[in-house]
Amino acid sequence: MVTRAPDDSISPVFLPAGDTALVVQYGDTVDSAINRQVRGLSAALETRGLPGVVDLVPTLRSLMIHYDPLRISQADLVRLVAPLASRSHDVAGASRHWRIPVCYEDEHAPDLPLVARLTGLSPAEVVRCHTACELEVFMMGFLPGFPYLGLLSERFDLPRRKDPRIRVPPGSISVAARQTTVYTIASPGGWHLIGRTPVRFHDPDRNPPILVRTGDRIRFEAVSAREYRSLVEDAVSDWLPFMDGP
Amino acid sequence: MTFLAVIEPGAGVTVQDQGRPHVQHLGVPVSGALDPVALRLANALVGNAASVAALEVRLVGPTLEVAAPSVRLALAGTRTPLDIPGAGPVPAHRSIRLVQGQRVRLGAITDGGSALLAVDGGFDLPRAYGSHATYVRGGIGGLQGRTLRAGDRLPLCTGASAVRGEVQLHSDSYLDASGPVRIVAGPQQDHFTRQSLERLLTQPYRISNDADRMGMRLDGPVLDHRAGHDIVSDGIVTGAIQVPGNGRPIILLADHQTTGGYPKIATVISADVPRLGRLRPGDQIRFTAVTVAEAEAARAGLEATVERNIASLTPAGAWLDRTALYRENLISGVT
Repeated sequence: MVTRAPDDSISPVFLPAGDTALVVQYGDTVDSAINRQVRGLSAALETRGLPGVVDLVPTLRSLMIHYDPLRISQADLVRLVAPLASRSHDVAGASRHWRIPVCYEDEHAPDLPLVARLTGLSPAEVVRCHTACELEVFMMGFLPGFPYLGLLSERFDLPRRKDPRIRVPPGSISVAARQTTVYTIASPGGWHLIGRTPVRFHDPDRNPPILVRTGDRIRFEAVSAREYRSLVEDAVSDWLPFMDGP
Repeated sequence: MTFLAVIEPGAGVTVQDQGRPHVQHLGVPVSGALDPVALRLANALVGNAASVAALEVRLVGPTLEVAAPSVRLALAGTRTPLDIPGAGPVPAHRSIRLVQGQRVRLGAITDGGSALLAVDGGFDLPRAYGSHATYVRGGIGGLQGRTLRAGDRLPLCTGASAVRGEVQLHSDSYLDASGPVRIVAGPQQDHFTRQSLERLLTQPYRISNDADRMGMRLDGPVLDHRAGHDIVSDGIVTGAIQVPGNGRPIILLADHQTTGGYPKIATVISADVPRLGRLRPGDQIRFTAVTVAEAEAARAGLEATVERNIASLTPAGAWLDRTALYRENLISGVT
């Protein structure tokens, strides 16, 4: 983590989420520099160790600090966090790299035609964009082990579906808001489904159950429906084959 | 092995404790008892620490058979009595000691949204992220990450519960907490029209049938977004009232997702979260706004009340074992 001079200051907003969580918010845009600030602040607070803090959840543009109101008041928490939050932070250190097979065909990609239409690309070009470069895990959330990755190009600044699906199958790869995600367990979902991976990002029978974490880097690789099936039949719980360097 | 044998599984019965609040950064929900006050009281009645796991019943309770020399049990969060077949009903909020082969049955919970059945020593089950809380959607915690099934065995940590005076809660009036549920505005109240927050604070809502451990959708006046219903996904806390595009608010409960992209107009204060766990579809709910400082004072007050209740558990009268009474010919004609 790099902490720059205090004069390079930025002003976050502190928002109460009831009496057990505090939101430290840096604007409301999807921006990797803001996300690095958030993750840097999270790391700085973790290093420092604050009384009563239960968990730190970095998201794209804000940090949620979960705390025990019987141990610290929100006003005191803001007083402790404010000096660090207005300082500029960055993230450094090791990130792990993954190569994740994805089938972008047929029933595994129900929204690929729609995404192609919305982005003005052909389906093949959408797949090329999605596999073109390594993406960074900006945050974890929504479901156990569920990564938010980005950033995709501005073409992929798509709205969510108006009618969320009742059940998105696990392994589904989705896009919206210049980001892409991996559904880790069956769940309702409002993003556009463009593919499916046989790799289990959450497996309760594995230790640890969760595959990736914030800061990891993932490159998606297109595989055919046949390769997908054979990987599913192999029941790829083991994740080592998909790790590409530490 | 000593265990409780699940004869009838009931419906919606899971093992729950105080949850796993420290792994939300991995996307893992907190889970844990919907009514943490009832969990603490049930645990206290059997002599457990507050952190021990109990069975949470949301709809219909199970029938369990004691496969151990003895076990002490207590029910909280409801006034529905336990039934000891062949012996009769035992009121909630008191401890009882059952012996090998005895069964305990809990029928439908009709007076609230959840009840907690604690056992002396808790269950000898593996933990997931340090907690026994069952998160069914993710298949973690509790008994294989799922609700109870007939034929299950719930292994007990304590093989036998020593004979001691049984205790009861002085008063179960905590179940009668009424008045509006207190909320703190935000974190995204500015995403809504001013009239919407006013509507939320003045109009009654009703818990819809669309209610589970993840959240409760409310029926009532629709809340209008000022501009769009999408926000850049951010953190969610238990009690958050999120409003998706259709304007119908959802109160998020123990199994809620850790982050989400719908704006949250307000957040139920932690002192009133246990009350949410007692609500059921059809119940009416009203809201009133408080400051964070008032919320903190309310939480401290709730803690003091719970601790006072636990410190003043009173000896329970002899549990009326009607079979024994008939046998002894001491009473007759009692129904």
